[in-house]
Amino acid sequence: MPEQTVIEAVRDTMRNEMRRDDTVILLGEDVGSRGGVFLASDGLIEEFGENRVIDTPLAESLICGVALGAAVNGLRPIAEIQFADFMWPAINQLIGEASKVRYGTNGVKTAPMTVRVPYGGGVRGGLYHSQSIEVLFAHTPGLSVVAPATPYDAKGLLASAIRSNDPVIVLEHKRTYRLVKGEVPSEDYTIPIGKAEIKRPGTDLTIFTYGLMVHYSLQAAEMAAANGIDVEVLDLRTLRPLDADAIAESASRTGKALIVQEDTPAVSISSEVAAIIGERCFFDLDGPITRLGPPELPPMPFSPIQEAAFMPSPEKIHTAITKLAEI
Amino acid sequence: MVFNIELPHVGESVTEAVIGKWLKAPGDQIEKYDPLVEVTTDKVNMDVPSPATGVLTRILAEEGETVPMGSVIAEMEAADGSVSVGQDAGETAEPTSSPAAGLAGRIGTVVQGANVGPTGGEFLDTSLSAAPNTPGVAASSQAASASPASPKARQKGFSPVVTRLAAQHGIELSSLVGTGLGGRVTKKDVLAAAENGDSGAGAAVQPQLDGVSNDDQVIVPSPIRRMIANHMVKSMSEIPHAWSAIEVDVTGMVEWRSASKDSFESEHGVRLTYLPITLSVVAEALKTNPRLNSSWIDGNIVLKNAINVGVAVAAEEGLVVPVVRGANEASLVELAGKLSGVVDRARSGSMTLDDVQGGTFTLNNTGSLGSVWGGAIINHPQAAILTTEAIVKRPVVISENGADSVVVRSMMNICLSFDHRIVDGAEASEFLQSVKSGLEAITLSSDLK
Repeated sequence: MPEQTVIEAVRDTMRNEMRRDDTVILLGEDVGSRGGVFLASDGLIEEFGENRVIDTPLAESLICGVALGAAVNGLRPIAEIQFADFMWPAINQLIGEASKVRYGTNGVKTAPMTVRVPYGGGVRGGLYHSQSIEVLFAHTPGLSVVAPATPYDAKGLLASAIRSNDPVIVLEHKRTYRLVKGEVPSEDYTIPIGKAEIKRPGTDLTIFTYGLMVHYSLQAAEMAAANGIDVEVLDLRTLRPLDADAIAESASRTGKALIVQEDTPAVSISSEVAAIIGERCFFDLDGPITRLGPPELPPMPFSPIQEAAFMPSPEKIHTAITKLAEI
Repeated sequence: MVFNIELPHVGESVTEAVIGKWLKAPGDQIEKYDPLVEVTTDKVNMDVPSPATGVLTRILAEEGETVPMGSVIAEMEAADGSVSVGQDAGETAEPTSSPAAGLAGRIGTVVQGANVGPTGGEFLDTSLSAAPNTPGVAASSQAASASPASPKARQKGFSPVVTRLAAQHGIELSSLVGTGLGGRVTKKDVLAAAENGDSGAGAAVQPQLDGVSNDDQVIVPSPIRRMIANHMVKSMSEIPHAWSAIEVDVTGMVEWRSASKDSFESEHGVRLTYLPITLSVVAEALKTNPRLNSSWIDGNIVLKNAINVGVAVAAEEGLVVPVVRGANEASLVELAGKLSGVVDRARSGSMTLDDVQGGTFTLNNTGSLGSVWGGAIINHPQAAILTTEAIVKRPVVISENGADSVVVRSMMNICLSFDHRIVDGAEASEFLQSVKSGLEAITLSSDLK
């Protein structure tokens, strides 16, 4: 089976979807002649022309606002945000408007738009190129939020997002773009939004995680295996709606939950996962629901030393595993 | 690449280890996870596995040396791509494996030297490896929010799943040996107990037995045997035992019993043994010596109002202690009846919970087994246990009207084990004297009912 990096899977998926459906368009900063800041749309303007691959001004509110207008009027736009850190001007277009279209029109109109967002750190991006912004969107009813960690999932979830009749935020961890390489079938497939996946079955405890931390958690699980600790790794994949059934099933089975995320822990995805486990698995728990995330600091630091100290790493996850397993 | 082998952290409370025997020598080819060296900590002994495949080049910690966890104990020349432990994720060339079929390929691998720069430019991931690794600092501050209460609370607490499973399988949690932190009973311990209980083997935890040869037979203790064992350990480790013994002339009691037993049995339908007689005397002595009928609870002496005397009975599966309630308020006939009932139920294994709960003192009739002296273990949390030993005829010197003579008397030793936190030797002796005088007061002409 052909192997691809995450960025290659994203590019091929967009190309496939644009070939499959003429209403799919792409817009964003530098997505056209530059081929995207990460080269996600490299070659697309040559194939599909400027009417379907649109370079926009440096204005995220415009990118999302135009995408929303196009979506409500029959197109399936893919809006590319260059960096999640600069997404805040588009909050009103997404949370204020796009999320409410179906409800507000009593289902007469929908907003079949996809917003692709490179997010996350560990790339020496400093304060303005490293942020994790998932919580705000994952909190909003009317939006779906997916966060694929592998090339396979990136293709399947992006295809589902583009074909969805409602707005979907696709969070692509920028460190995984070229770091992770894996098998991607060339044939068409989708992965349903709202379904988690067990990336590594285990019996002693479950790590609940997403994005880059899936890979770090898998590495930590291998370290723990050398000490006889059998760790399950559950990749949430979709952050809204969370796959509560899969979360509860795994937590109930292993009895111990470790939630790992790159985002700061307070009022976050890990809070919600912990709440689901607390509500649904109380009588199956054999240890405290445990969370591992960075310290509560405003930014991801720029200094490589501080960045490494800030980010969860396989070693830190391994330490947390050992501690929870020993209880 | 030359690669440092560190002594791995095995748990937060383990700070150092003693290096044992090196299982590999410099120059040896080693595979990842091969045992390298034996180490001993205050908690466990273990083999340190090799973190990578390659050749061991240098040993830096000698046998017998005590080294902190995390220190470099050896160096190795690692084969390309085999290093993953302790290195930045970006450098790991080894695929993250997964047992599920087809999953590994879909998860993919982490590419060495991948360009992870924000603009597709020059920022290669390998440059991150120059960054010092500071997991300790960060991990401790980050994981702090997840810390459960105090270690003490953790030792005492049973998790929701443990409580539920124990109830479901009818397992007495206090009888389990916990393998968790601070001896906590874990979900696995309960499941193992449930499984073994069903199959009749009865072990909560299969111990790793050192020094067992093929000739030896290993008996996995039954749940009741294990419970007795735990109870004995608890008692001996918590209670500072002291012992005292005294001789009692029971000639009168023997004569009275001998004369009364037939009529007693025909009148009341219960066989008359020495046990109800001594029990009645002991209950009376406990009333006048209340400290012997107490418990040490959280630093306080709790005097028990009720006098509920447990009687040690050797049942088929092990020692059981049925309780005679209100022993001081019952007549001899009632005591004999109560004793006969609980002893029968104990021997037939049909005791109720009520039969074994609420004991405040224990009477242990080892005399029936021929014992003449013994140091019994107190039945925790009681203050004392009294053994009545064998009644034997002995030549005894007695003084009458200023003249000594040697006569044959029926003698019995009674031995007391007492909690020295609650009672000193003087009080213990007073109690023994009370029992002695109570027993010696019985004569052929006594009218015991």
